[in-house]
Amino acid sequence: MNKLDLMKKANDIRKDIITAVHAAKAGHPGGSLSAADIYTYLYFVELNVDPADPKKADRDRFVLSKGHTAPGLYAALAERGFFPVEDLKTLRHTGSYLQGHPDMKHIPGVDMSSGSLGQGISVAVGMALSAKLSNESYRVYTLLGDGEIQEGQVWEAAMLAGHRKLDNLVVIVDNNNLQIDGCIADVNSPYPIDKKFEAFNFHVINIDGHDFDQIEAAFKEAKETKGMPTAIIAKTLKGKGVSFMEDKAAWHGAAPNDEQFAVAMADLEKVGEELCQM
Amino acid sequence: MSDVKKIATRESYGNALAELGKLHDDIVVLDADLAGATKTAIFQKAFPERFIDCGIAEGNMMGVAAGIATTGKVPFASTFAMFAAGRAYEQIRNSIGYPKNNVKIGATHGGISVGEDGASHQCNEDLALMRTIPGMTVICPSDDVEARAAVFAAYEHEGPVYMRFGRLAVPVINDNPDYKFELGKGIVLREGKDVAIIANGLEVAESLEAAKMLAEDGIDAKVINIHTIKPLDEELVIAAAKETGKVVTVEEHSIIGGLGGAVCEVLSEKCPTPTLRIGIKDVFGESGPAKELIAKYGLDAKSIYDAVKNFVK
Repeated sequence: MNKLDLMKKANDIRKDIITAVHAAKAGHPGGSLSAADIYTYLYFVELNVDPADPKKADRDRFVLSKGHTAPGLYAALAERGFFPVEDLKTLRHTGSYLQGHPDMKHIPGVDMSSGSLGQGISVAVGMALSAKLSNESYRVYTLLGDGEIQEGQVWEAAMLAGHRKLDNLVVIVDNNNLQIDGCIADVNSPYPIDKKFEAFNFHVINIDGHDFDQIEAAFKEAKETKGMPTAIIAKTLKGKGVSFMEDKAAWHGAAPNDEQFAVAMADLEKVGEELCQM
Repeated sequence: MSDVKKIATRESYGNALAELGKLHDDIVVLDADLAGATKTAIFQKAFPERFIDCGIAEGNMMGVAAGIATTGKVPFASTFAMFAAGRAYEQIRNSIGYPKNNVKIGATHGGISVGEDGASHQCNEDLALMRTIPGMTVICPSDDVEARAAVFAAYEHEGPVYMRFGRLAVPVINDNPDYKFELGKGIVLREGKDVAIIANGLEVAESLEAAKMLAEDGIDAKVINIHTIKPLDEELVIAAAKETGKVVTVEEHSIIGGLGGAVCEVLSEKCPTPTLRIGIKDVFGESGPAKELIAKYGLDAKSIYDAVKNFVK
């Protein structure tokens, strides 16, 4: 998929996120939108996965450690063909398989249930270790929030990943700079994030998480990195693509009402039209 | 009981892992810097490549075990009961229990028989905590034979299992050709009509001793070993309650939420029966030699005898 197609697909995924969260009347749009380009690249370029065989043994694994941004993951999975896009409107509804946070037991393509922050990265480390134990070639990816890395468990996991030289593991931090209570630097600063992962024996790559050239280069570099895990620190904009949500902590976990939904979709339609003229 | 062979169930755990490791190459053992004490070092020595020391990070270890389980291997995650069920409760609940990941948790140093280390390390709440997690199988074996059988059964069982082992060497009581371990099935060790004593862990042997003392006073006590607290053998518990009309639970665990709690839940709903719970009475433990603490907290045969005698009269 070329860069323009990736941008178009990411815009579709953003529309899906808004549609799902609006239909659910709850959910987490801000961090789903900030990571939409990363989800797009993962599911349309990077990951060796097959929607027709979601459990195939040699698939690459993805663990959404910041599980609350499930709408972004679900949108990417649906767009990739793991389940119907139409089902996204059942997000968080009673009886729907699209639970508020990822549920590996019921959602095709979800490799691990998550949602309690800090736990997903440990699971990803376990998957990567398992691949090493049995000499399997699949790779493991996990996406963390920048607020999430305040959890001590993240660093327990990072220490073991570095110690075990898990070069089949890629940790991505969605650095949108905001958490529920405000700016991460004001709440309990995790900065410098890159230096912390370096200290835990990771190869660290800083990128603009909305630039597909940089995303592509980072994942290529991660693949070429031997003897240590890679951390990609992706600088992003929370709520990216929706004018009134951008850089606003208030949109971490709130759904748009009907009026706001119309504005959000108009914003994204406009981006879509511009992309079509490129 | 000085002529009876004694072995700590943690030792049985380590031995069983090494034995199972020979039979199945999908077994991976994890520990959190306590391999010498949990006895996983026995497995580590035999299969160093399948042993992962996670260091002192129990929450992470449970997550790592969950990740390994998703890839089809069978991880046994080991640490003290305090740091498994206690510290890592939420990781067990969310990364293992909720997704039904096939992780086996080997928790050693359960209960007050930890001894000298004192209250911070004496976990009397683990069975209650683990029992509340949907789909979790919870086992507390009574001796070496049963502990080995439990580890083998846990491997065969598809789904999360919590096993509690002890630090203290305890008498081998199940070393007979008729012994059969079945998950969720209690074992009647002694028939009796006056009272049913239901026990687990090292309290099974203490209860058998107490039953002998009661017999000398003409009290005929039935003794049941409930090695699997969850799923509980409700049928056996109810039948014993109907048969004797009086039930006593004995455990090296808080009287809240463990075996006593489980038995009372079943009986109060399905067969209301006067019940006495013997266990740690909603207090923290303290330092001291294990045997002394067991007596001090009312969990030795003599204390059980006294309590049951008082209860049935």
